[in-house]
Amino acid sequence: MTLNIPTFHLNSIGPALILTVTAVVILLLDALSPKGRRKAFFPQLSLLGLAAAAFQTYLMWGTKGTDFARMIYVDNYTFFFYFIFILGTALTVMISSKYLDDYGKNLGEYYALLLFATVGMMLMAASAHLIMLFLGLEVMSIAVYVLAGLFREDPRSNEASLKYLILGSFSSGFLLFGMAMLYGAAGGTLYLDELPKALAGHSAFAQPLTLLAIALLIVGFGFKVASAPFHMWTPDVYEGAPTCVTAFMAVGVKAAAFAAFARVFFLAFPAFRVDYTMLLWVLAVATMTIGNVTAIAQTNIKRMLAYSSIAHAGYLLVALVSANQLGAVSLLYYLLAYTLMNLGAFGVVILVGRKRDSYLSIYDYSGLGFQHPALAASMALFMFALAGMPPTAGFVGKFYIFSAAVQGGYIWLAILGVMNSLISVYYYLRITVLMYMKPAEAELGPVSFSPAVTAVLAATAAGVLLIGIFPGSLYDLAVNAVKIFPGL
Amino acid sequence: MHLPILSILIFFPLLGIGLLLFLDRKNHKVLKGAALGVALVEFIFSLPLWFNFDSGTAAMQFVERHEWIPTYGISYYIGVDGFSLLLIMLTTFLTPLCVLATWTDIQTRVKEFMICLLALMSGMIGVFVSLDLFLFYVFWEVMLIPMYLLIGVWGNPARRVYAAIKFFLFTMFGSVLMLVAILVLYFHYGQTTGVYTFDLQKMYGLNIPFHMQYWMFLAFGLAFAIKVPMFPFHTWLPDAHTEAPTVGSVILAAVLLKMGTYGFLRFNMPLFPQAAHYFVPLFSILALIGIVYGALVSMMQKDLKRLIAFSSVSHLGFVMLGLFTFTVAGIQGGIIQMINHGLSTGALFLVVGMIYERRHTRMIAEFGGLATAMPIFATIFMIVTLSSIAVPGTNGFVGEFLILLGAFKSNMLYGTIAATGVIFSACYMLWMFQRVVWGEITNEKNRDLKDLSLREIAIFAPLILFIFWIGVYPGTFLNKTKATTDNFVAMMEKAKATQVTQSQVFKGEAQ
Repeated sequence: MTLNIPTFHLNSIGPALILTVTAVVILLLDALSPKGRRKAFFPQLSLLGLAAAAFQTYLMWGTKGTDFARMIYVDNYTFFFYFIFILGTALTVMISSKYLDDYGKNLGEYYALLLFATVGMMLMAASAHLIMLFLGLEVMSIAVYVLAGLFREDPRSNEASLKYLILGSFSSGFLLFGMAMLYGAAGGTLYLDELPKALAGHSAFAQPLTLLAIALLIVGFGFKVASAPFHMWTPDVYEGAPTCVTAFMAVGVKAAAFAAFARVFFLAFPAFRVDYTMLLWVLAVATMTIGNVTAIAQTNIKRMLAYSSIAHAGYLLVALVSANQLGAVSLLYYLLAYTLMNLGAFGVVILVGRKRDSYLSIYDYSGLGFQHPALAASMALFMFALAGMPPTAGFVGKFYIFSAAVQGGYIWLAILGVMNSLISVYYYLRITVLMYMKPAEAELGPVSFSPAVTAVLAATAAGVLLIGIFPGSLYDLAVNAVKIFPGL
Repeated sequence: MHLPILSILIFFPLLGIGLLLFLDRKNHKVLKGAALGVALVEFIFSLPLWFNFDSGTAAMQFVERHEWIPTYGISYYIGVDGFSLLLIMLTTFLTPLCVLATWTDIQTRVKEFMICLLALMSGMIGVFVSLDLFLFYVFWEVMLIPMYLLIGVWGNPARRVYAAIKFFLFTMFGSVLMLVAILVLYFHYGQTTGVYTFDLQKMYGLNIPFHMQYWMFLAFGLAFAIKVPMFPFHTWLPDAHTEAPTVGSVILAAVLLKMGTYGFLRFNMPLFPQAAHYFVPLFSILALIGIVYGALVSMMQKDLKRLIAFSSVSHLGFVMLGLFTFTVAGIQGGIIQMINHGLSTGALFLVVGMIYERRHTRMIAEFGGLATAMPIFATIFMIVTLSSIAVPGTNGFVGEFLILLGAFKSNMLYGTIAATGVIFSACYMLWMFQRVVWGEITNEKNRDLKDLSLREIAIFAPLILFIFWIGVYPGTFLNKTKATTDNFVAMMEKAKATQVTQSQVFKGEAQ
């Protein structure tokens, strides 16, 4: 028996490889360096690795093809998501170190896990085969399970980790089960580009089997993007996990899941568009509504942002439902915008929380507006952006998403969507109300501005405004990236 | 040499904000002075608009156009015609007066207040000059934030947050539906013509099936009707007005409400002309209800600001009635009445603000006999009141007369009912005036009230000048709107006819 090893180019997974190497180096340094002298340079090292990965992605921009025996795609869609992941991770690294220091948890393995999770995300976005997708998903998920439980001594962190692990395993099971069904229905292939043809003309048995598979895949992805009714884990996990990990989950994991979600559904099931859009329509409306309505009742800022992230998953599902080019473009644009505004908001949460998350109630924001004008102004900006007010990126993103829905003929979906963003205005506004219109409840003491977090706030605030006022070139980039979906 | 006047008008206040950011927050006088300077320079910048405006043409003037998001058909496209000119001038004219009015009123967080005021100014001008639907929507929404802060931060402590949120959510409710309608319109235009654009002027000539016009008219109409506010969407207004600081009320009444009526003129009617004709009875009747209901409710108010707020509902009902006559008189009257309402109601709010500063109450029952203590104040108050009642010789008369003329021409019944509103307005205004100003001093606290200072008189002087100018020689202002109105009426005339039934609309059959 001869083993045939196909040719491949390591270059094609360059960014993922760079991050893996960086992570391994961090782990080794952590293990080998003498006690007491370590950890200081891990964030810098991670940022360096991320910058190198970004540069590598930039160099590859424009290439198109597959590699590793057609297991992964090398195309602009992948690269666009690489940039989103790298940006999200880099910002997370920057808001982490001071925060973790306070807990005495500024450890090498944190950064290594963060980078490993990013590698998993990249593989998810790049995967051209469902098994590849599953591998990427697991690489990402397992790292995030551990990250959620980073504060071992804290019961809430333990709860978050355990809950995420158990429910996450279930969802992975659903996903795998769906893939198995699909494997049968397609007559033995799981390549995304082969699936449409394979599913088209087979036995009468194939049709219901495929529908079942689609439903199971939706469950699996729905869990990862925190869509209703698979969102139950979100608030507890988001609240219990360290704030920086929450931020990472809210932007990175969601973006990765959506990258794969969109790729699989747009590429593999063109013949079943009517069926899955119907299902996603319901999920989108349920997700937006549950997320927004429940967020109103929250008094913990992290829980509020958790429900807000559920609601945002709903908006993004609207883009999937539209299933047109604009929908795909809006997905990319919105995920980037969401990364900026959400990480900015979590940066503020970390700063206002001060030492060891002492102040996480929304009432701790009372009077912030006139004690720390810049901090409050940036929080207000992020809140208005999340609510979708112009001239921020949040508005343009929602504008694109609802345009896509209208273009796809889903006017009612668009109406329900805008009504939902109206509901969301209420709880985002409440933060500004507290900051500017209520007196401080107690003297909360000074906020210690660490340079890295301040830089993140400045950069995200500027970014939210910049791509909100001049979205044109980013839009063109996204259009370029979604050209890979021939049917749209 | 073409200076981009409109862009300067939009962005100069933002530059002013940049300047304010660097000033010492403790030094209130300097902050207010700087804001006043910015507002005055802005006013001076807007003067060429008035003098170089060609009143002979209905075309857009001072047009500027730059690509913004070209692949999406979105451009930075702004211009002015007879409808917007007067409103822009009103905005630039009132803002310096508003800054002056804050001199002693606002004492906390002055810097932030001025920043909000200037941001609001920029947003208001943006709304009036936008000729691109996307651009318009952006300004329309952006402007909410500073107004929301003005009410919520500097308002009356007791209920300001409630009023601010109510204001925000009500307006947002209408505008998000308008956003969907804008998108539907955009894609419909793109599908029928092959060109995807948000250019308002191109959309004017579009032939839209009636059943689409019906829904889009309602979606746009809801956004604007809330802003106007028309009965039954007016409930946010009394709260917002009452809780807002004086200057907030002035801007809200004088300019923000006009965005609703302006929106009808600029967007609703020309974009969906058949639907506009179809909805004349509905909107006229709502306007009439507003006129009478607003007046009756005003009469019973105990709080001066609430009284004026409800009188706004009544006055804006007149404007809406005028616009929906689709006659030259009615529309010109409507536009001039928008300005009148801005001047007289703005002045009334200033009047109330000034006695509130002295007495810290706005209850009518607390006053009485102010004429003895404050003769200058009483005189000014009387002029403003008369203008609000629309006594001949003041501006209000011209507007209401033209509107009634148009209303009688189009429907006798509407005209008759509206005319009763004139009488009611005399009732509640004069009764209020009598209780506050005439008679004996009933409350000892009022005996030693200081009369108006020079600064306060200076605020009213220009307002009173224009109250009489429009009242005596309205030609100056009517000329500017003539050509645009003629063109508009002709356009609406063409779209007349088409009888459709509800069931056709719901089945999507009505063409």
